[in-house]
Amino acid sequence: MSDIVEKTLTALPGLFLQNQSVGGPAGVKTSFSSRLGGLVRGITALTSKHEEEKLIQQELSNLKATVSAPTTTLRMMKECMVRLIYCEMLGYDASFGYIHAIKLAQQGNLLEKRVGYLAVSLFLHENHELLLLLVNTVVKDLQSTNLVEVCMALTIVSQIFPREMIPAVLPLIEDKLQHSKEIIRRKAVLALYKFHLIAPNQVQHIHIKFRKALCDRDVGVMAASLHIYFRMIKENSSGYKDLTGSFVTILKQVVGGKLPVDFNYHSVPAPWIQIQLLRILGLLGKDDQRTSELMYDVLDESLRRAELNHNVTYAILFECVHTVYSIYPKSELLEKAAKCIGKFVLSPKINLKYLGLKALTYVIQQDPTLALQHQMTIIECLDHPDPIIKRETLELLYRITNAQNITVIVQKMLEYLHQSKEEYIIVNLVGKIADILVLNTVDTYAPDNAWFIQTMNAVFSVGGDVMHPDIPNNFMRLLAEGFDDETEDQQLRLYAVQSYLTLLDVENVFYPQKFLQVMSWVLGEYYYLLDKDTPEEVLTKLYKLLMNDSVSSETKAWLIAAVTKLTSQAHSSNIVERLIQEFTISLDTCMRQHAFELKHLRENVELMKSLLPVDKSCEDMVVDASLSFLDGFVAEELSQGAAPYKPHHQRQEEKLSQEKVLNFEPYGLSFSSSGFTGRQSPAGISLGSDISGNSAETGMKETNSLKLEGIKKLWGKEGYLPKKEGKTGDETEALPVPQESIIMENVDQAVTKKDQCQVLTQSKEEKEKQLLASSLFVGLGSESTINLLGKADTVSHKFRRKPKVKETKSGETTSAHSMTCSYFSSSSNATYEDDYYLDALQDRGDKELNKFSLNSELLDSESLTELPSVEKLSNCKLSSSPSLFTDNNMEGFHPSQSTAPSVAPETSLASSLLEETSEHMHSELVEVCHNETISVSSYKIWKDDCLFIVWSVSNKSGLELKSANLEIAPAENFKVRQ
Amino acid sequence: MQFMLLFSRQGKLRLQKWYVPLSDKEKKKITRELVQTVLARKPKMCSFLEWRDLKIVYKRYASLYFCCAIEDQDNELITLEIIHRYVELLDKYFGSVCELDIIFNFEKAYFILDEFLLGGEVQETSKKNVLKAIEQADLLQEAEHNWSVLNLE
Repeated sequence: MSDIVEKTLTALPGLFLQNQSVGGPAGVKTSFSSRLGGLVRGITALTSKHEEEKLIQQELSNLKATVSAPTTTLRMMKECMVRLIYCEMLGYDASFGYIHAIKLAQQGNLLEKRVGYLAVSLFLHENHELLLLLVNTVVKDLQSTNLVEVCMALTIVSQIFPREMIPAVLPLIEDKLQHSKEIIRRKAVLALYKFHLIAPNQVQHIHIKFRKALCDRDVGVMAASLHIYFRMIKENSSGYKDLTGSFVTILKQVVGGKLPVDFNYHSVPAPWIQIQLLRILGLLGKDDQRTSELMYDVLDESLRRAELNHNVTYAILFECVHTVYSIYPKSELLEKAAKCIGKFVLSPKINLKYLGLKALTYVIQQDPTLALQHQMTIIECLDHPDPIIKRETLELLYRITNAQNITVIVQKMLEYLHQSKEEYIIVNLVGKIADILVLNTVDTYAPDNAWFIQTMNAVFSVGGDVMHPDIPNNFMRLLAEGFDDETEDQQLRLYAVQSYLTLLDVENVFYPQKFLQVMSWVLGEYYYLLDKDTPEEVLTKLYKLLMNDSVSSETKAWLIAAVTKLTSQAHSSNIVERLIQEFTISLDTCMRQHAFELKHLRENVELMKSLLPVDKSCEDMVVDASLSFLDGFVAEELSQGAAPYKPHHQRQEEKLSQEKVLNFEPYGLSFSSSGFTGRQSPAGISLGSDISGNSAETGMKETNSLKLEGIKKLWGKEGYLPKKEGKTGDETEALPVPQESIIMENVDQAVTKKDQCQVLTQSKEEKEKQLLASSLFVGLGSESTINLLGKADTVSHKFRRKPKVKETKSGETTSAHSMTCSYFSSSSNATYEDDYYLDALQDRGDKELNKFSLNSELLDSESLTELPSVEKLSNCKLSSSPSLFTDNNMEGFHPSQSTAPSVAPETSLASSLLEETSEHMHSELVEVCHNETISVSSYKIWKDDCLFIVWSVSNKSGLELKSANLEIAPAENFKVRQ
Repeated sequence: MQFMLLFSRQGKLRLQKWYVPLSDKEKKKITRELVQTVLARKPKMCSFLEWRDLKIVYKRYASLYFCCAIEDQDNELITLEIIHRYVELLDKYFGSVCELDIIFNFEKAYFILDEFLLGGEVQETSKKNVLKAIEQADLLQEAEHNWSVLNLE
């Protein structure tokens, strides 16, 4: 709004003075505005917050005196209300005036009433008790013959109204639906909408009247009814399918410009109505092919019509795209919608870009290829200066996480996490990272143990105590239950133990309580994996934590549980003794209890060991709840004449029968006839209690109480058992995963056998961004990874339109590994004349300005044992962006544009290259440099708009290529030729 | 829409309308946090903000910031247009509106808002109809006002 004249507040005092001098005799109106003006001016003239407070407190006490004085006229009251509203807006309490606002609404004339209602709507909220006093006024005004009064009453009802009092006004408002004035009908509909929101049951009987409103001849009334329909359809879409036709017709009319011109907004017909209708259609057509078919035409037309380059058309387009993706899919529409999303994403306007990302985020599950099309834009957005854009991008990436890109995505998320301070964001993001890591670990996206544990450490440290309690629980469960491979599990646990020991070594670092709890559980449970004779070292650390005042008592319970577990493995420990001494006199009863338990357990090592077995956290403890082991003892006692045990109810019954002398009424006689009386022998009792079996909690607790409170909450038998049952199901479901990975390996083998030569092609400019892109979007849409993810999405190959990886045939078994990589330090889009580049390479001497190391490690996987000579590049790391390039195995490279490993002997390389790329311009194979074991050749291909430089490194010896260092000379040597 | 706030570049609140029941304490906290966050943003940045579980849509007109809170599934762009339409209405009513008009006549600004948005939803999308409703109320008021003034004198 450029035509707004910006007047600064400095002009205020002068303006006010003018006002005063001119407006003095002009009457009441000026004096009213000048009083507020005086207040406003007074406040703006002040410099400090303190002075402002003083002024307003004074003003408020003046006002308080005025409003309660009996001589105050309603007109003065109205003026006071305005000032009160102002004071309250500045953040001061004006609650003494609330009751006067209600009075004003009740007693004033139109002008005063209007201000009174406004004050009420601003001061009170719908649960405020004073609001009840307003009901009578509203009822009276609804019955008024004055339209303005009715309007005011309806307006206040649509804003705040006490739920319990709805019946008092409902019939009056229903009547208003038939009012001759459209403004009254419209406001009545909105009042009913409000009622539907706060008390849906109360307006259920008038649903039929809403239909009338939908067909109202006035557009405003119809539009108002759409709000109600949107809510109702959202709650229950199946009940309103019959209205689909009507909504479609209305939308057609709106889009076709059949509404009065008044409703146009920047020459777009009624955008608000269009959007509301689109949202309703989206809800109606969800998972419903028949209903969706009714709306295809009008959606198509909406997409077509929205051409104007104005924000409001984008708003409609966005809603349209949303609807198209919500309803039963139609490929033609989806294609158009996808194009629209492209428009958003590629737009230079930041608002549209944000919405493009938002659209991608919800579309991604249906159509992962769309993200691939826009990958470069997404990468740019990842480093966008606006954190909102960044966050939305992360949200998008979160949805496409898979085994191959997890490290990069999690790293990006952690980076963002470290920058953000707002608790809400932290909780949200930590939840997402943990979700990727822990909840998905059925098919473990995490590449290795170290990474997994370290990332979890970061999550625990940052997320701290605000994160969802499920996160540490799931993490510990994961450690305890492990995966399919036992040795792998042990390594993971061992790594966790080691990592926590290192963390605890750091002085003066405070970890969140939840993290400490996880640490103490892991250390207690898995410290034995370290294979040390005595856990003295870790006990010292735990002891230190226990003596730390900043550790909460809940965490201390966890810590002492860990100590107890470790004590069972230690022969003797001074620290434990000290600890017992300290805590048996602790003021914390819980800690004292734990300390005594520990003390007694230590006196019976055998019991302790059986009670706290090593690595049995997943196993059920057999508990003899019937106490049958006491049978012998009981029999002996009985034989010696002891009284037999009587259950509680029996004793009571006997007590009753003893009193029977006076009691003639058979109160509890049912017992005496029951079979229970016969069950007096211990055996009988144990039989009876056996029925309740192992789940008997009492027996459980007796043994379990020694395992300490903190642990029992999560891992105690009774809490754990049902989860365990659930898990067995999970495991069977999880079984296909290893199979799949075997298949993958087979595919892998096949690929290696069949295509021993893979020629590396390279995009002209291998920017970091492309690397990032390749590592982020790897696996998206490729068949193998889709399998791995278990996603049912149909695979689309659109993104392969320009395959960058070419497979060439070669019968040679001895193959060298060629790794191609080009790197330009400049990121401009100019074309580099590569001759200079090559010259630079040759002449580089020993200068190392742009150092670049390529480490290729040999993958020692089983799949390759059959082909011992094939050197497989498993891990390529670019030193400049190490984490961005961690995909291993060839299929990982398929979708990536940047790089691919190839296996080709030098001799066949040229021919195969020529064969493959003959349709493109290419240069001769030039040997760049060589020695007796390795030779490096370079080869250029011009294709479309890019230049590929292929370097083939061939290994002439039979030795393993362990690592290769590629050094690229200074950037000055490159010359740009346009 | 959950609420609408108008505040100046100096962070002074000029108008507040809450469509969800909140305690005064919460309102103050939200206002303080939002004003801070929005004022800290650079002019080239996106007009949308994610804040708690809400979306904030804001736009600056001269020295005034208009700021709306919507739910996640609501349409951000159309909310921007709601703000714009409200500014248009103010502009038409006051005749080239400026911040001072809103400070000294904030109750009028509220009346206009109530004719445009009701209970957090768009009540009337036709500019003409909104202004007609306001004028009607104003006219009746004026009549009554003049009458009462005459009566007093």
